[in-house]
Parts: sequence; C-alpha cells; structure tokens
Amino acid sequence: MASSAMLVTTAALDWVSAAFDAPLARAVVFGIHIDGHLVVEMLLIAVILFQLSRKSYKHPKKPLTEKEIDDLCEEWVPEPLCPPISEEKQFHTPTLESAAAPHTIVNGKEVVNFASANYLGLIGHEKIINSCIGSLEKYGVGSCGPRAFYGTIDVHLDCEKKIANFLGTPDSIIYSYGISTIFSVIPAFCKKGDIIVADEGVHWGVQNGLYLSRSTVVYFKHNDMASLQSTLEKLTRGNKRAEKLRRYIVVEAVYQNSGQVAPLDEIIRLKEKYRFRVILDENHSFGVLGNSGRGLAEYYGVPIEKIDIITAGMGNSLATDGGFCTGSVRVVDHQRLSSSGYVFSASLPPYLATAAISAVDYLEENPSILATLKNNIALLRKGLSDVAGLEVSSSPQSPIVFLKLKKSRGSQDKDLQVLEKIVSRVLHEDSVFLVTSKRSTLDKCRLPVGIRIFVSAGHSESDILKAVDSLKRVAALELE
Amino acid sequence: MVRLPYLTALTTLFSYGLLFAFGQMRDFFRKILDLWKSKNLQGYAPICLGLEDFYTRRLYLRIQDCFNRPIASAPDAWIDVVERYSKDSNKTLHRTSKINKCLNLGSYNYLGFAAADEYCTPRVIESLKQYSPSTCSARVDGGTTKLHAELEEVVARFVRKPAAILFGMGYATNSAIIPALIGKGGLIISDSLNHNSIVNGARGSGATVRVFQHNSAAHLEEVLREQIAEGQPRTHRPWKKIIVIIEGIYSMEGELCKLPEIIAVCKKYKAYTYLDEAHSIGAIGKSGRGVCELLGVDTADMDIMMGTFTKSFGSCGGYIAASKEIIQHLKNTCPAHFYATSMSPPAAQQVISAIKVVLGEDGSNRGAQKLAQIRDNSNFFRSELHKMGFEVLGDNDSPVMPIMLYNPAKIPAFSRECLRRNLAVVTVAFPATPLLLARARICISASHTREDMIKALEVISKVGDLVGIKYFPVEPQKHLTDKIQKKLE
Ligand SMILES: Cc1ncc(COP(=O)(O)O)c(C=O)c1O
Ligand SMILES: Cc1ncc(COP(=O)(O)O)c(C=O)c1O
Repeated sequence: MASSAMLVTTAALDWVSAAFDAPLARAVVFGIHIDGHLVVEMLLIAVILFQLSRKSYKHPKKPLTEKEIDDLCEEWVPEPLCPPISEEKQFHTPTLESAAAPHTIVNGKEVVNFASANYLGLIGHEKIINSCIGSLEKYGVGSCGPRAFYGTIDVHLDCEKKIANFLGTPDSIIYSYGISTIFSVIPAFCKKGDIIVADEGVHWGVQNGLYLSRSTVVYFKHNDMASLQSTLEKLTRGNKRAEKLRRYIVVEAVYQNSGQVAPLDEIIRLKEKYRFRVILDENHSFGVLGNSGRGLAEYYGVPIEKIDIITAGMGNSLATDGGFCTGSVRVVDHQRLSSSGYVFSASLPPYLATAAISAVDYLEENPSILATLKNNIALLRKGLSDVAGLEVSSSPQSPIVFLKLKKSRGSQDKDLQVLEKIVSRVLHEDSVFLVTSKRSTLDKCRLPVGIRIFVSAGHSESDILKAVDSLKRVAALELE
Repeated sequence: MVRLPYLTALTTLFSYGLLFAFGQMRDFFRKILDLWKSKNLQGYAPICLGLEDFYTRRLYLRIQDCFNRPIASAPDAWIDVVERYSKDSNKTLHRTSKINKCLNLGSYNYLGFAAADEYCTPRVIESLKQYSPSTCSARVDGGTTKLHAELEEVVARFVRKPAAILFGMGYATNSAIIPALIGKGGLIISDSLNHNSIVNGARGSGATVRVFQHNSAAHLEEVLREQIAEGQPRTHRPWKKIIVIIEGIYSMEGELCKLPEIIAVCKKYKAYTYLDEAHSIGAIGKSGRGVCELLGVDTADMDIMMGTFTKSFGSCGGYIAASKEIIQHLKNTCPAHFYATSMSPPAAQQVISAIKVVLGEDGSNRGAQKLAQIRDNSNFFRSELHKMGFEVLGDNDSPVMPIMLYNPAKIPAFSRECLRRNLAVVTVAFPATPLLLARARICISASHTREDMIKALEVISKVGDLVGIKYFPVEPQKHLTDKIQKKLE
C-alpha cells in the first residue's frame, strides 16, 4: 500500500518538475535559477505548512452510548477482595497469657521468651509499672487528639526533652507508633526528584517511606560499603544537576532483616565525601549499642551531629510503644507541620511516654545492664557456633541473633517452612519460644530468612543454655 | 456545604495576599543578609527548599500559639492548659508552670472515657500490672496476648462483623491495610475529603486512585461508570477490583456520610466498600455502633469496616472488621501485623472495658446515659450556634461542628479570645482545610454538663461578636439568655 502510494507520488512530482523545467529552464530571479526542483520543493513546503497548521489527526471518537456503558458495567466481574487462603501459608501464633517478659506463659506452660525485643529486660519492671500507674490515674489512657489539638500532654514534651538530652541532640519529636516514625519521616524530607540511596535489606517501614516519598531510590548491596561507594560515585560523578537536589543515604543501624550492624564510620566518611545526608534507623540499636546505650554513634565514637536524622521505635529496648526522631532543631521543627504520621494521628498515650521517660532514667542509672546484655549475646553466639545445618549470620554486637540455613531449600517459602517446623518443635518440646523472620507478601526484602533470637539482659545463663541445647537437638533431628 | 460569600472570599484572599507579600519581602531581605553569612553547608541542597516551608515560616509561626497547646491533665471536659510565653515574637514558645483551667471543646473525647473511669481504670491498671506497657514484639511473633484475642472478638461483636484485627495506631491501620487489599491494576475511588491516612494508604498500594466529590453518590456513580467502561489507563484492561473508601463522620466537616445512597451505588456497580469510622464508632447510633446503625444500613453490605480507638474509647489503636476470610488474609499479609509492635495491652483493656460499658455489660446503664448525653449535647449546641448566627457545618447528631472563620486574622483572634475566657477550642487552617475555608471546630463530649454547654455558648457568642463571625442573621426574639434562664429553671 504505502510503497505504491510512494511510487505514484514520486511519478507525479517528477512529472511536475519536468513540466516546469522545460519553459522556465533559463529563468533567473535575484540570482536564483527557477527550475522544476525549486517549484516542487516550494510546493512541498507549502503542503507541509498546511498540514502542520491543521489539528492533529484524531480517531473519530464516538463516545460510548449509555446502553453500551450499562452493558460494560453489567459484564464487569471484579476479583474477590482477598485471594483464597492456602493452609501452609498460615502462621500459627501462640497467645501469651502473661507479660512478654523473659519468662512468659503459653498454653498454661512457662516458656523462655526469645521473641520479644525486650533488650534491657524492662518488661515487668516494677518501677516503670508504678510510674505508668501514676500516669494512668492522672491522664487517663488515650490522649484523645492529635498533638496540635490539645493532644500535647506535658509528659510528651518531657519525653522529647529526655531523649534529646540522653542522646545529646538539640531536640526530638515523638510519634505514636514505632513503625509510623520512619515511614513519615522519609516523605517529610524527601520529595519527588530527590535522590535516596538505600540499603537493599531495609525493613518494610523504610521501604514504605521510600515509596511514599516518590524520590528516585537507588539500592546498594546489603551492608556493602564498596557497593555504597560505587553507587554514590555513579550518581554524582559529572552530574551537575545532582548537586542541586537533596541527597540522602538511608540505612539501619542494626538490620531487622539480618542482624547486621552498619559500619557507621565508613558511612560518615562516604556521606561527607559525596555530600549526602544520612537517615539512620536505630530501632534495634538505641538503648543497646555503645557503652551507655546511646546507639550506633556512641558505639563508633562518631559525634552524633554528623548523622542528620535519627529515628527509632520505643517498642524495643525501652519496652513501651511509639517512636521518636531526633536531629537538629530545624529537622525536628520541620516535622511538626509536615510529617503526616505526626500531624494526622492522635498522640502517644501519656502513660507510654511516662514509661519511656522511666526507661531512659533506668538506663542512665544502671548502665551495667548493657554489660549483662553483651554477655548474654556472646554466650548465645558461642553456643550456637556449631548447630547442625544452621549458621549465625548477625554481627557480634547485634542483640538480634540471626540464624540462617546453611543450605537454602530453594525459596524463601520453603526455607521458612523448615525453620517454622524447628521453632515449633523447640516451643512444644522444650518450652523455648523462638520466632522465624516471617515476611509479609508486600515486603520487597530478598535477604535470606532465618530464626531471629531476641536476646535480653533479663535472660539468665541457664535460659540461654536451654535455648542452645534445644536448638542443637531439634536442628540435628530436622536438618540432618 | 459551605457557602462562601463573595465579599468574605475577597477579604480572605486579600489577607492572604498581604501575608504572602510581606513574607516574600522578608525572605528577600533575609537572603540579602545571608549573603554575608558564611555558608558552612556548601554542597548540600537546603533541607527545606524555598517555598516548601514558606507557609510555616511566614504564616504559621505568627499564630503557632493557637496550636500544640500543652495540657497537664487528662483531656476530659475540663483541662489544665499550660501557659506559654515567647521571647522572639512567637518563633519559639516556652512552657511556664502556670496553668489555666479551661473547658475543653477540642478533644475527641466523645463518650467521656478520656479521664479515669470507675469501671475501666481499675481494669486497665490490673492489665498493666499483669502484662506491662508493651510486648516488644509484633502480633505475628510474640505480640499476641489474651487481651488482644479478646478485644478482636469484642470489636467484631460490637460492630457486627464476623471477625476483626487490631493495630496499635489508627493511622497505620489505614496506611498498612489498603496496600494488602489492592495493588496494581486495582482502582480506589476515594471521597475528596478523606483523611490523610487513607490518602497515604491508597498511594502506597500502587493502585490507581480517583476521587469523587465529597459525599456525592451521583458523582460516585458517574466516576464508576466512566472507569468501568474505560478500564485501566492505556491498556484498557478491565479493573481487577474497585474499592470505594468513605468515612462515617468527616472530621473537618462534621458531616455524616450519605451511606445508604453510596452503598446502593457501590452494590449496583460491584465495587467493594471500605468505611472508616474513626469518628463515628461509639459516638453515634442508638447503641453507639456508628453510622451504619444511625442510618439503618446493614453491616453485611459493608466489606471492610475500619475504626480507631483514639476517639470514643479514649485509648489508642485501630481495627479492621470484615469477613473471616478477609481478616485471615490480612493476618497473613498485612505488614503492620508482621512488623509493628502490637497494641499496648493496657490500652486494649481500656477498649474492652469501654465497649462493655457502652453495651451495658458492666451491669449499669452508664453506657446508655453517655450515648443519650452526647446526642442531646450535640443537638442542643448545634441548634444554639445556628440561632446565634454562626455558620455551622455538619449534620444533626454529629458531635463535630465546625464554625466557619474564613479570614486568616480571625483564626488567632477567635482562639486566643476563647482561651482568655477559659475555653479551649480548636482552630483549623490550611493545610488541613482549603486555604479560604479556615474554621474553628467544636467536639462535644458526653462528659460536658448542661452548665458547661451554656458557659461555652456564652463565651462563643461574645467572642463571635468581637471577631465578627456571625455571618448569618441572629434568630430574632429568642435570645439565648432567656432560653438559658428557662432551661436552668
Ligand atoms: C531560613 C530562615 N528563614 C526565615 C528566618 C526568619 O527570618 P525573619 O527574622 O526575617 O523573620 C530565619 C531566621 O533565622 C531563617 O533562618
Ligand atoms: C478518618 C480518620 N481515620 C484515621 C485516623 C487516624 O487515627 P489515629 O489518630 O488513631 O492514628 C483519623 C484521626 O484523626 C481519622 O480522622
């Protein structure tokens, strides 16, 4: 079709140019030969201009008639709201019958609890419970409003001051839920167009924050500083535009998904070299790492001002709930009007803020519990160094001891099944409560799954040895 | 709906124009002054780009004393507001030890469970001793206690759905559940005035989001027809599923959802319905069961019912109630169930006890009294405000009633003058409302007595005259004072 049309057109143009060529062969106007070619070209330009001046071609659009829309609506069949549930993907969660302390009760039986991130052993601590009772009697349970609308109770302000003083930062801001902290903080600072370099192993809260920010997110290999450096280099080299954008590195201090500790000194060196800001999630390191529990910065001896934004949940070492973000006054004040999880949610129940204050007080007065925690971690790691089929893959300082399969079964789901079986036998046969790193289907993390053991300063030596013996026994039966 | 008078619109725009111009001018001089300052952040883009925080710096800071007022008591009918002072023209505020006892018209304490309660508080303290403040673990790991299991049952029974699931925060309930229900290839049709948590949840899900005009079933139908006929953008494949998200009471409007009409449309077009009852659960309906009960809608017609415990029940957290299959699906997939610390056990006990009181299972009729009280209080307060000539939004029976202020200067004026007369009110401006529609918002509680209401009305009337927000003519003859006299006798 097209080629025959082309042929016809070319023939016609040739004819026109020949027809003009003959009579005007020698015509010269202003020094230009008027020949057939020129005429044809003028003609073509005229046609092009004419075509350009017309509206662009559109399908003759006939709107659907009401009847047709009715039919389409009639025919449309939605998928069910949830897919059918397969039995093997269901998790059987034990129900606790007492506080989630190092010893708790499941099915009427006392078990040793390694499932709670109660690192300092503060669950069930009498002083903290008494301070909460005082708070409950004075303030009631809920705050019945967001911070802006009479939901700011004086203990919230005291708690913010306490945390800032403890960490040595200018100010801090508390959120009503641990996980909402990070997924509100990231979008408050990173907008469309900004650049974020994040670790591929970050937990779901961070992933959600990255997604909601709509920034350009580039991932680097899990806890791999060479990969971080090359990513930063690639993003900044020769890229003048990048200088005008806000650039952030997002990392976790102790990765929930692997128990790895981030090398902060190296990250700070890279951040300063490439001029990125750092957002550090200290969920599992605040109150744990460093000689006095001030977190990753203390552990590495890095001045805390070098980290631009620090967030952490208070549902782990502090044994309460909610979360906080700390940094410069500018960073904190900006969130008070721009961070959605802070602005649009009721504030933390005051008794939980009181519990946080008491917990920090306790930590300041008794830094020796950190030594106990460290000993417990070391003891557990030593015991688990030769379990059949399993290996410890977390960093030595991490309060999450992460055990993964030496040989993967081929997929996360299959690995998880094997591990679930071990964990379930350990619970039922030896009364030791362990958990696997279960993943939501929405989680994009692809790191290997494993058994996550949350060590507490409240565990006794015999608790730890019991867990080690049980794991060794069951793993030998299940994995060999 | 709001009827913004022409003249008011003009003066409001003018005020904002003036504020904007002065703000820009100050920014300009600030920039010139900063040229001489050393720049120690060479190489970093500023943490807030130029206009991003212009509103905060140049408008909000001037009136920030009207927000975030700290209190030193439970958010009950009367609160102790902590006085603050500023030494740098409102840029930073400092607490003093002085307190100011004020009548509280701001907190979402609809049923009066905010303060210590004779039935709830002893049980909460008992649970605190038994379970501690936290479990330090996610629900799917070691964060499920007997209280959580019990509360899930109680909630399901209360809202009349087969099953329920809990979360420690209402905001996260929305923002983590929606992505577990719908994803790419799905369509979310959301009311234009939906809460930020829904907006974020919808955005996080990856589904396409369309908006329908606030509370308009007709426009919803139009959008549904258009979208079903067109299918997904570009590929024109049919949508996988469509979820329509609405709220029971719109917290900035005080309006009830037009539920029967909207449900009829959703049913006709096979769209799933998601109802957020954050403000309506417990506060309205004959037995406190929310907007479905009030408007006579069968809860079986609702696919997902969401609500929070931060309002009527005076606790924290949120729930989703739905069919057993959906709840099981959420327990297998929802990230907040997997990764977030479970709801604080004493807070769960507070909700269990509060629901028992509401249902009369505590062996008293306090629940019924509370429900009657909040309805009476709300309707009395609303009708009196109307009579005084205020422009009050919202429907009868709703305990939330916004009073329109419009002009930016009236926001701090209203708030400060009320506070001076010991009345704590909430004023709301951009970004929570459209720029031109600033308002004050009253939240009525069952713990307010009739004397409290009358005192509040007197103050509001006086301040209303002072600030000039009685946009409608005062109802003749029936002067408030006469009526009050009669009522008091
Ligand atoms: C970035 C920025 N904007 C605004 C201001 C306040 O400016 P002015 O004093 O002109 O109101 C400051 C003051 O320190 C500032 O640092
Ligand atoms: C409609 C709606 N949904 C959800 C929420 C969030 O609830 P919470 O304060 O418990 O986080 C609110 C709170 O204001 C709301 O109004």
